[in-house]
Amino acid sequence: MTLQELRAMREKGQQAMDRRVGGDKSIEIIVGMGTCGIAAGAKEALNAFIDELNSKDVRNVVIKQVGCMGFCHSEPTVEIKMEGMPDIIYGNVDANVARTIVHSHILEKKLVDNHVFDKPALDILKRTPGKEK
Amino acid sequence: MTVTDNGKGMDEAELVRAQDPFSTDGVKHPQRKVGLGLPFVIQTTRMTQGRFQISSQKGKGTTVTATFNLEHWDTPPLGDLPATLGQLMALSGDYEATVVRRLTGKQVTRSWEAKRSELLEALGSLEDLESLTLLREYFRSLENELVEATQ
Repeated sequence: MTLQELRAMREKGQQAMDRRVGGDKSIEIIVGMGTCGIAAGAKEALNAFIDELNSKDVRNVVIKQVGCMGFCHSEPTVEIKMEGMPDIIYGNVDANVARTIVHSHILEKKLVDNHVFDKPALDILKRTPGKEK
Repeated sequence: MTVTDNGKGMDEAELVRAQDPFSTDGVKHPQRKVGLGLPFVIQTTRMTQGRFQISSQKGKGTTVTATFNLEHWDTPPLGDLPATLGQLMALSGDYEATVVRRLTGKQVTRSWEAKRSELLEALGSLEDLESLTLLREYFRSLENELVEATQ
């Protein structure tokens, strides 16, 4: 494949998408790709998200790769932001859990048990540890 | 594998500290005392009889070279290289990056190259599902062509 072919495929895909959907709210998936995340399998989780979302024909998805979110003990971590659901950080997201998140959280709007965290670690929120307990 | 940047660079003391797993610049995570990226590469090359080199010039940039011994039992598998390189290009931020992938076969050495700015220009974004899917396909096709050409 050449860069020109890549550009052409992108344009073709965008035209097809413009025909299919109108103004759907976007879904944001944020994957922690620090050393901790990658060591725990964040790359496999990210690949699984891409494959599963494509196979379910989910559109308007933004996927951002960021550094460590402060959950090194529960990597890979993934945050999902979408209309109709609270912002959720999931921990221990391997490829299987990633697929479950697509089915359950994104498509059925049901939280995935045993993987939910409520907020990033304290030092990421820029609060002084020890002050709140 | 060689990684070169044109960033801030390090002086000799910083260079030594960068290789210590119990040291970090403390900018992103002020409370933390570990920095594991480089130490992991060093550990992996050492335990598999590979080579590791780092050189830096303050204010100019840094070059890291790691050579992995593919014959050694403990060398981790290469993994999905096109997906890894695609993910690398999609890391958020405003920066330029160039990937050069070289492969030596029995007779010939061939390579492919990709610039982040050109990918961004062709795809419009590196942060949505469609562009990430295409980027992965693109790198996979370049890699397949490379493997075929060097066989």
